[in-house]
Order: sequence, then C-alpha cells, then structure tokens
Amino acid sequence: MSGLEVVKPGVLSLLQDRGRYGVALQGLSSGGAMDLHAYGWVNRLLSNHSNAAVVELTMGNASFRATCDVKLALCGAEMAAKVEGVAQPNWQSFILRQGQLLELGYARTGLRAYLAVEGGFQVAKTLGSVATVTRNRLGGLRDGQPLQAGDRLPVAKQLLANFHSEVPKAFQGRYPEQLNLSLIESYQAPLFSESAKQAFYQGEYQVKPESDRMGIRLSGPVVSGLHAGLISEGIAQGAVQIPPDGQPIVLMNDRQTLGGYPKLGCVARLSLNALAQARPGTRIRFVPAELDEQSEKWRNFLRFFEC
Amino acid sequence: MTLRFEPVSETHCIVYLGEAIDPSLAESIAALAKALRAALPSALVEVVPSYTSLLLEFHPLRISRKQLERAVLEQYALLQSSQASGQTQQHTLTLPVYYHSEVGPDLDDLAASAGLAKEQVVEIHSQQIYTVCAIGFAPGFAFLASVDERIAAPRRATPRLKLPAGSVGIAERQTAVYPQQSPGGWQIIGNCPQLLFDPKHSPMSPFEVGMQVRFEPLSREQFIELGGQICLDWK
Repeated sequence: MSGLEVVKPGVLSLLQDRGRYGVALQGLSSGGAMDLHAYGWVNRLLSNHSNAAVVELTMGNASFRATCDVKLALCGAEMAAKVEGVAQPNWQSFILRQGQLLELGYARTGLRAYLAVEGGFQVAKTLGSVATVTRNRLGGLRDGQPLQAGDRLPVAKQLLANFHSEVPKAFQGRYPEQLNLSLIESYQAPLFSESAKQAFYQGEYQVKPESDRMGIRLSGPVVSGLHAGLISEGIAQGAVQIPPDGQPIVLMNDRQTLGGYPKLGCVARLSLNALAQARPGTRIRFVPAELDEQSEKWRNFLRFFEC
Repeated sequence: MTLRFEPVSETHCIVYLGEAIDPSLAESIAALAKALRAALPSALVEVVPSYTSLLLEFHPLRISRKQLERAVLEQYALLQSSQASGQTQQHTLTLPVYYHSEVGPDLDDLAASAGLAKEQVVEIHSQQIYTVCAIGFAPGFAFLASVDERIAAPRRATPRLKLPAGSVGIAERQTAVYPQQSPGGWQIIGNCPQLLFDPKHSPMSPFEVGMQVRFEPLSREQFIELGGQICLDWK
C-alpha cells in the first residue's frame, strides 16, 4: 500500500492517536497525542475520525516523501515546513504529489507538531490503539519503536479532490515562553502546609530539558513539608507530583500507572495541551482553578472535537 | 469500613477503601473495580486499583461526577451484601520458581542477614499464600503481599541495571516476579520460567488484583525443561 515514506525521522517521530484505554490495570500507559488541541485540529481539517492515527513530531528536523498523491495537514509547533523547497504554513491542509518531499526544520515555537493524512494512517492497532509507548514496547509500526528512515505509512484512500481547509486564526495555537497553568487541587493537597503552597503558587518554574512524554520536570522554588512516602495509588493525567527534592513533575501520557509520591493535584486538561508544547526553559506559573469550571471547559472541548 | 470518594481532575476520581496495606482490602478493591467496569462499560474508560484505592477515569460527556459517585456507592453496597453472604470464590495461581544463587544472586546474602539457611528462606517464601495488591511499575508487574517477616528485606541500595525476565524479588514485605527484563532494586532470590506478560496474548498477564498466588520450588532440571535460562552477567 502506498502513502508516505519516512525519509528522515528527525529527533522523535511517533505514531499516535488518543491513546490506549482499558489497559492501566495491567500496568500499561495510555500514551496518545500529548497536545490534543493541535491533534484535534489536524484531524478536523481533513474530516478525519477524532481518534485517527497521526505522526507526532517532537523538535522536528524530519522529512517525508509521498509515494502517491496525498492530502495532508500540519498543526502544532512551527517547524518551517517546506514542500519541494516552498514554504508550507501550518494549520491548513495541503497536497503532496507522488514523489514530492515534505521537509520540516527544527521547532521555532512550540515543541510538537502533528502531521495527519486524509483518512488517517492505516496502521494495525495493538490493544485497540496505534499509540506508540516506547517504555511499554507497544504500538507504532513495531513494538513501540519510534519511526525510522524507510518506514512506510500507508494511507486509506487516494486523493479525490482538493478542498482546502484552514484553522481560523483565533484557534491556531500560540506557544509563548511564559505559561500560566490552571491547577485543580486534589489528592494530597490538604496535607501540604500553607507556606509550601504559597511557595508553589508564588514561584516561577522552568521546564527542564530532561522532560519527556512521561513527565514534564520543573525546576524552581522547593515545595517542602511532605516527604513521607505514601501507599502507591493510581496517577491521573496531569498529576503534579512532589518528590523529596521538592521540584514538581507534571505526569503526562506515558506516565507510570502507580506512584507513591505526594501529589498537589492535577493541571487542568486544557493547560496540559499548552504544557505539551513547552520547550525546555519555558517559564511556568501555577494558578489555582475551580474543578467545576475546568470540567465545563473540558466538556466543551470534547464536544467541539466530537470525542 | 467506610468508603471515601474524592474528585481528582475533570476526568478522574479516586475511591479510598482503607488507610493501610492489607491483603484482604485488595479483594474488595478488585471486586469493586470489576463491578464498576461491568456496570459502566462506556462511561468508565480506565480503572487503576492499588493497595487502598481505586482511581477511576470517566468520560465526562457520558457520565457526571455525581452520577459516578452514586454508581460507586451503589456497587459497593451490593458487594458488601454479597460478601456477607459468602459468595466470593478464590482461585490460586501457582508459579514455578527455581530458587538458587545462579538465578537469584541475593539469596545467599538475604539468608545470612535473616540468620536462616537458604533452604529455610525457600521454604518460607514458597509456603506463603500471597495476594495481588496492585499491578504497575512495569507491564504485568504484580505486587504480592505479604512476605513472612522473617525473610522481609530492604531494597538494594543501588538498583541493578538489568534483571532477566522471571526474576523473583523481595522488597520489604512484598514479593514480585519481573515479567520482562528491566532495571530493578528488589533482592532477587530465584527465577520463574513462565511467560508472565505478552501483549499479543489474551489475557496479557495471568495476574488480577485480588487474586491469590503461591510459588512452587523447581529443580534446576525442571527449570531448564520449562525454558528457564541461567543469566551469566549480573550487573
């Protein structure tokens, strides 16, 4: 079957969908696209299913060649995409003709870009999902491995007609160097002292370079006062874990299912989309948020993207 | 026992059923997880049972937090009445283990610091019936409680970089089999030659939270016959 061929996989290119569910009780991570905003739009531009398989590019520096005419779209981090040397803006659909090369540079703003094809990449699912979880050796084209040069990404259908589509400017992602994240207090929040919480909310943190799909590691004011290990419990998406060194870690898609470090609560789902695009060095502040208000916003997001 | 239901985020809630590690709690938590999955097949997208808690991920367009709380309380009440009438049935999984220093490099030290002969450590470890209290850390990694106090041992100060699949370890009063090759800090006393995690197989793993597990000592010949491998480079 023809489609796209990976010429250069770049820093990290992974097949992703919304993730693998019903498997956490076996200790498996859900995986899935880190920024569901860019992921949602890239599929919507192509009228794809809201769980279609796309390529998540981290940092960029990748290239792909079409082995038949295909309709693609690119959303998320700005990687100065070019088709045969001609600039191809993000947040819109475009055609890549058979034999043409799509090249992406290193990310200029944001960290992760999503490349989708009309109908989604046709890849066999493992346990209900194509999501690549490297640490579980699951998903993608083979056993959780990132895409490699020479890999072929089959497409569902040959190009029929070119109806151009574009994300309205107001909804295109912007990836600033300073982020305010909404925090829903939960889990062990009542056990932290007022002064520890004050340090957390008043301080400014920076995204550390060793952040990955498991967790976004932050450095900044120490959150102290609760160093006893807890009985291990399930970790939710976005949980803010405070290990003994007092430096918060926001746990993301490839997180371990259980953990025994105290947690202050969870970063709100919409803020997690922004955090997924935060490059190392991005400055972070936390703002307390109301659960009901954030829940309403998240329901609206899911309704909009028909998830 | 009282149940505590707490919101965690827009999509998650956690249910606490106790405050301390207790193997009998694992059965109640497992039963509640199972009942909820059956009762809310599309609204509940993920359940994560652990020692004293059950994390629930729900689809917020299919169920509200309030409805989920009501369902949890309802299912819990049903379980308590069925447990009171003694309807629970127990299945014990038996896992073969070759206990020897060539596959369990910490066996000698563990025996020495416990003031026991190696044979006694093996006997104590294999006579106990354990309960799966949680599955996590790695795919199919089942935390089994409780190890007899006489052979409880702390984690190694420096974790090993590579443990072969099947390594049987002890950490404090827990024991476990590493289903896949991985780094690990538990004290390794033997090896189980049985495949314990395979994502291409259904079920992926024989373990379920709340299940009972016991170990059966193997001779070297039986271990090799069952496909066991002797690891030569412990790091």
